[in-house]
Amino acid sequence: MKREKIISVVLAMVAMSGIAGLALITAYIFKEGLPIIVRVGLKDFLLSGDWHPLEGKFGIFSWIVGSLAVTLGAMIIGGLLGLSCAVVLTQFCPRRLVVVLKPAIELLAGIPSVVYGFMGVMILVPWIRQHLGGPGLSVLAAAVVLGIMVLPTVTSISMDALRAVPRSYRDGSIALGATGWQTTHMVILKAAKSGIMASLILGMGRAIGETMAVIMVAGNTLDLPHGILDPVRTLTSNIALEMSYASGDHRKALFATGVVLFVIIMILNSIALAVSSKRARKAGVR
Amino acid sequence: MNVATSQSEVTGPATPVGSGSHQAKIVVEDFIAFFGAQAVLRNIHLSIYPRQRLAIIGPAGSGKTTLLRSLNRLNDLDDDFRHTGRILLDGGDIYDSSTDVAALRRRVGTVYAVPTPLPWAIYDNIAYGPRLAGVRDRRRLDELVESGLRSAFLWDEVKDRLGEAATNLSGGQQQRLCLARVLALEPEVLLLDEPCSGLDPISTAKIEDALAELKSRYCVVLVTNNTKQAARASDRTAFFLMGELVEVGLTTQVFTNPADGRTGDYITGHFG
Amino acid sequence: MRLSPAITQRLVVAFLWLLTAITIAILAFIIGHVLAHGLPYVTWDFLSRSPEKMGREGGVFPIIVGTLAVTGLAVLIAAPVGVVTAVYLTEYTRKGRLTAVIRFGADCLAGIPSIIFGLFGFAFFVIALGLGLSVLSGALTLALMALPTIIRTSEEAIRAVPWSFREVSYGLGSTRWQMVTHVVLRSALPGITTGIVLSLGRCISETAAVMLTAGSALRMPSLLGSCRTLALHFYTLSREGISMNMAYATAAVLIVAILAIDLTAYWIMRRFITKMS
Repeated sequence: MKREKIISVVLAMVAMSGIAGLALITAYIFKEGLPIIVRVGLKDFLLSGDWHPLEGKFGIFSWIVGSLAVTLGAMIIGGLLGLSCAVVLTQFCPRRLVVVLKPAIELLAGIPSVVYGFMGVMILVPWIRQHLGGPGLSVLAAAVVLGIMVLPTVTSISMDALRAVPRSYRDGSIALGATGWQTTHMVILKAAKSGIMASLILGMGRAIGETMAVIMVAGNTLDLPHGILDPVRTLTSNIALEMSYASGDHRKALFATGVVLFVIIMILNSIALAVSSKRARKAGVR
Repeated sequence: MNVATSQSEVTGPATPVGSGSHQAKIVVEDFIAFFGAQAVLRNIHLSIYPRQRLAIIGPAGSGKTTLLRSLNRLNDLDDDFRHTGRILLDGGDIYDSSTDVAALRRRVGTVYAVPTPLPWAIYDNIAYGPRLAGVRDRRRLDELVESGLRSAFLWDEVKDRLGEAATNLSGGQQQRLCLARVLALEPEVLLLDEPCSGLDPISTAKIEDALAELKSRYCVVLVTNNTKQAARASDRTAFFLMGELVEVGLTTQVFTNPADGRTGDYITGHFG
Repeated sequence: MRLSPAITQRLVVAFLWLLTAITIAILAFIIGHVLAHGLPYVTWDFLSRSPEKMGREGGVFPIIVGTLAVTGLAVLIAAPVGVVTAVYLTEYTRKGRLTAVIRFGADCLAGIPSIIFGLFGFAFFVIALGLGLSVLSGALTLALMALPTIIRTSEEAIRAVPWSFREVSYGLGSTRWQMVTHVVLRSALPGITTGIVLSLGRCISETAAVMLTAGSALRMPSLLGSCRTLALHFYTLSREGISMNMAYATAAVLIVAILAIDLTAYWIMRRFITKMS
């Protein structure tokens, strides 16, 4: 009996290591990054586009705009493709085909981000340069590449939500004479709404956080982009590009950029968690 | 219902209904069981004697299974379970805080309604209990596996394929495997929770035959929905209704001349 | 003019199918393109030799070893912790504040971008703990990243073990720990293995975090020495325009590894599902 008690305590301690890791990450990112934000002032740090590390000017506004632009584009592409796949796979696809297609889409999540970036550089960027103009390395290229990268996240989480809709809903609607698509968009998508929201928000987190692929296709200019064909630099690419040679305050400012990214991600994750736990509560009552 | 044959099956020592607890194997004293706020067993007093088969009958939801699962504290696995009163095994309260629950469950073994072989070889299924108890010696394990399978009347059917997956056995064989698995622990009390509910008549007969053999060594408690089985395969019968013990007595007596009208109604099929 | 429901149905379903087909086509194209351009350069020499002239010539042997060292060590660290966490969450606490906190931690870790892990690993393992840019720093960082996946997949596998198995085990006189080790983990092993194998794949794909913690040295790895992984090598070759042929070849090795890992995981899972049902 006593042995069981000891085992239980040891297991609990090991199980805490995840949360301990999270606490350490939070602590170290803030410890390294916060002082510079305090010194520059939160407002100037976030809203100034003046990034001249050697002159002690740290404003990340351009990178924030870059991240948002790229993420927005990625969500339009990835959301559309991802949700289509989820709907097709759960509603309109014969089972035998699902068994093949679902792992294929999961495989898409397994391909290294550098390979996506590379494909972007080799195929997409030249295509944009020739057919749409501009340098090719652009918001658009980054959005397309990121869109494909977040698609598996959107698909797999919204598939779970769509599958959780009770079969009786569908049968009931079909029995009333609705077509498959009417049933899907009026009954099933509505019932799975919160899960789909969660999938999009988590996908957005993925897109904002992605680094290597964006570096490869976005162009990484220091200027604010004015159109989707302009090159752009994001929060993540700025960190990764300058980390290799930064030191002193410059390095601290990159950690501060990490703090901003961390906060954005935590907010998105919390929204996704809240949305999906609301769904779980609703399902529990039912 | 053929009461005459069941009468002839009553053997063994005289069974003093409700007499002193000193010779009983298990004594249930003023036992009340709750799941959440709902009382599923109320003020149960019951003595269970060694070398006898006690059948517990009653309609669904009458608390039969709850009582059975209280006898080796399997109900503890449910967070909502609460109880008051005592259950004495050889005079010691099994719900005492000093009780080693694992050891208790080795003394009081259970066969469940649905045959549940673990997804391992036949041999490993039977040897699992003894291994848990610390038996490492291969020869001793072989002995226990063989004697368990023999007692469950399964040895001849599986002796040449002990390494095969237990899940490949037929339903009736699986249930006898579960019986053998418990017997390999050499328990003192054997609890069976509707062990034949999913089985065909032939498999049922084999299990009942095994029980008839086993009662010479064990104290057997059999929960059953099937009154005919209770009449055939028990020495004493207890009738439960809505969480209460309506009556308990010699099987012959309960079936021919029940003390309570409700028992008669149930046995003759008026409800339940 | 409003379209009739039947025609709308056809148009919409056709459109959705088109988008799904595009998705699958993209996947097929990426894999096909990389393999077609890369496999011809994947020779025994390429796999067994050291890189020369920054990777312009020679092979990738030390890089393969480095990849195996960093990712293998990461999974070796994360797997026991993740499985124990899953066991604790499923078998030892059911509801309660502690469970909620542990789950919250895992969910949050899962959402953190790799560049943040990289920054943390750099500040903590590389600088604060003084491990330097090394295999160990990289592995510890990747282990934290892999943890949520392993926890979640192990939890799912453990929950798939029928409740009746636990009852049988308890009924035969097992303690909780005996039940967990003999019955639950043994039955859930294929599912748990799937999760671990998948997380290995994710670790191999990772670049940003590894770059900041394990560095990019081209020599043979040692525990406390810097090394380079395949993904980072590929990035460097293509980004710095060192050699496109070598880049394609490295990407092909990477893709083949990922394919093999995902297929293995999928195969184990399928067997597990058929066995359980």
